[in-house]
Amino acid sequence: MNPRLYPLAATIAIFVLAWVICVMQFPLMLSTRVIGNLLTDNAYLGIVAVGMTIVILSGGIDLSVGSVIAFSGVFIAVMLRDTGLHPLSVFALLLVVTTGFGAGMGGLIHALAMPPFIVTLAGMFLARGAAYMLTIDSVPIDHAFYDLLDDAYYLMPGKGRLTLIGVVMLLTVAIGMIVAHRTRFGASVLALGGGEAAARLMGVKVGHTTVAIYAFSGLMAGLSGIVFSIYTSSGYPLATVGTELTAIAAVVIGGTLLTGGAGFVFGTLIGVLTMGLVQTYIVFDGTLSSWWTKIIIGLLLLSFILLQKGLLRLTTARLQP
Amino acid sequence: MRNALRRVIPQLVTLAALVALISVFFPDVLRIEVMDGRLVGPVMDILKRGAPVGLLAIGMTLVIATRGIDLSVGTVMAITGAVAAWSITQGYGLGGALVLALLAGVAAGLWNGTLVAIAGIQPIVATLILMTSGRGIAQLVTEGRILTFSHEGLAFFGSGTLLGVPVPAVLWGATAIGVALLMTRTALGMLIEAVGVNRSAASLAGANARVLIVAVYVTSGLCAALAGIVATADIRGADANNAGLWLELDAILAVVIGGNSLLGGRFSIAASVLGALIIQTVDTGILLAGFPSDYNLVIKAGLVLLILVVQSPNLAHRWYALRRTAREQRKAAMTSAKEPGE
Repeated sequence: MNPRLYPLAATIAIFVLAWVICVMQFPLMLSTRVIGNLLTDNAYLGIVAVGMTIVILSGGIDLSVGSVIAFSGVFIAVMLRDTGLHPLSVFALLLVVTTGFGAGMGGLIHALAMPPFIVTLAGMFLARGAAYMLTIDSVPIDHAFYDLLDDAYYLMPGKGRLTLIGVVMLLTVAIGMIVAHRTRFGASVLALGGGEAAARLMGVKVGHTTVAIYAFSGLMAGLSGIVFSIYTSSGYPLATVGTELTAIAAVVIGGTLLTGGAGFVFGTLIGVLTMGLVQTYIVFDGTLSSWWTKIIIGLLLLSFILLQKGLLRLTTARLQP
Repeated sequence: MRNALRRVIPQLVTLAALVALISVFFPDVLRIEVMDGRLVGPVMDILKRGAPVGLLAIGMTLVIATRGIDLSVGTVMAITGAVAAWSITQGYGLGGALVLALLAGVAAGLWNGTLVAIAGIQPIVATLILMTSGRGIAQLVTEGRILTFSHEGLAFFGSGTLLGVPVPAVLWGATAIGVALLMTRTALGMLIEAVGVNRSAASLAGANARVLIVAVYVTSGLCAALAGIVATADIRGADANNAGLWLELDAILAVVIGGNSLLGGRFSIAASVLGALIIQTVDTGILLAGFPSDYNLVIKAGLVLLILVVQSPNLAHRWYALRRTAREQRKAAMTSAKEPGE
């Protein structure tokens, strides 16, 4: 097998193994209800993690996404409350705003030649601050169209609900896979992650690609914000604090190299589902306290990073004569 | 000394401009009064409230100087605060609580340092592990509650005064001066800079990069432990969920405002500490000036962007190029003006 596939294979193996252990202890975890809930509860995280995967594949990082999701929720709620616009046009407006926001950050990163870490940190402050300026309260969304979206689901055999937002997440992952692995843009992203100088020599338009990468991440964050607002039926400026780190953790558990240049969008989906599985297990168990989630996710992160490190050493050792 | 002063001039100017700006809205900003034997006033408030970020920024400066970053300091604050509160409630006394909390900070630093220096993991990833799991560990210590205590000795570190000055401010100032002296009066500072500029070259020149890198993460853990003790003592309780939340970002921001490069190398503790003061002055100033605190984040974002533009290597390059062409043009104009006379 291609050594590049090892991390992905390890991710999938660990996910399957974890699920088998869960099912052996609680047979009900195999039910479609649990699967449906796993998809629904992690839909917003899965979508934003797809954007994060592209950013990390390029060797960058986007700390602003959690704030952008919160801003999106507040923006939608306030627009629906104060204007007579249809939710669909609000969605379109929002996606334009967040994509532009991401593109702006990408432009700054390229134009100023500053680390993405600091530029997106400023973006994180800005988006959260903009959300605060719109409102500091939790604004409920009360619109017939939202009820329609909320009730849209496909009843799977076993009474599990495959909700609309779960399907949107799966579709986003599929699109992310195509973008990352089957397009010229995806090839440019991977080349950039392998090394900027080499990418430039190969003819990659570094500036355009950087702007597009962060614009894509902004688009995903906006979409994730829409899904989150459907999930919670409200907008709250303090929501999804720290989601950027959860998303980064999901990407790493999914087998993507944090230095960029290697990884798979599909792995990120498995990473998100693994983290969701840990949470579901703790709910099923009932005796474990919620903080074990954080500790277990930390341990998972550690083991994946060490695994990647070991693989990297193995492959470089093989390259040397 | 004069070089050190020249280094922090931009930060001092920023701070002075901020204070001037605040005094437009709130004229009494620099007034300090003596009340019940302690100094009170906005300046004291800034010094006291800025203590956690100031302490974190000291350790962060050293870590960043080695081309690293420590994302875990906020959660280490939560862990050490929880350990301090737990030991006090278990009856280990003040000494026991302080020692255990500092040891927890050292352990966190050793963990990060080992992952970075020996396992060779990227600093941002290595410290992310403790950042995500650390709050879980802190909650394990406090058993998910806000662990409160009533012990005057420990509370002294948060709300006490020494010669009229708030203890957090004294702690912060003393740590900054101590570490800065250690770095400038011994070869340590130069060795750390060498590792940050080029680790393999530094190793070849005889610097023990591995030990140095572990040491800076341990220092960062210790600073975080001090900050955790201050934060816990201040509210007389350990809040595993909120203690030090997002302070790692403020600490990194303080280091960046201090003009230190995120790419390692030359560093200045004084400038970072001034950076922390600037952040706290913005926070306090917004409140004093009567703006809603919702503006805080947007103003901070504007500040970061401004600093980024000023520090940007690209722009600096263009600025020099612009000046050089201007000079050459002037020279050319002068020579052409002289020629007819000759």
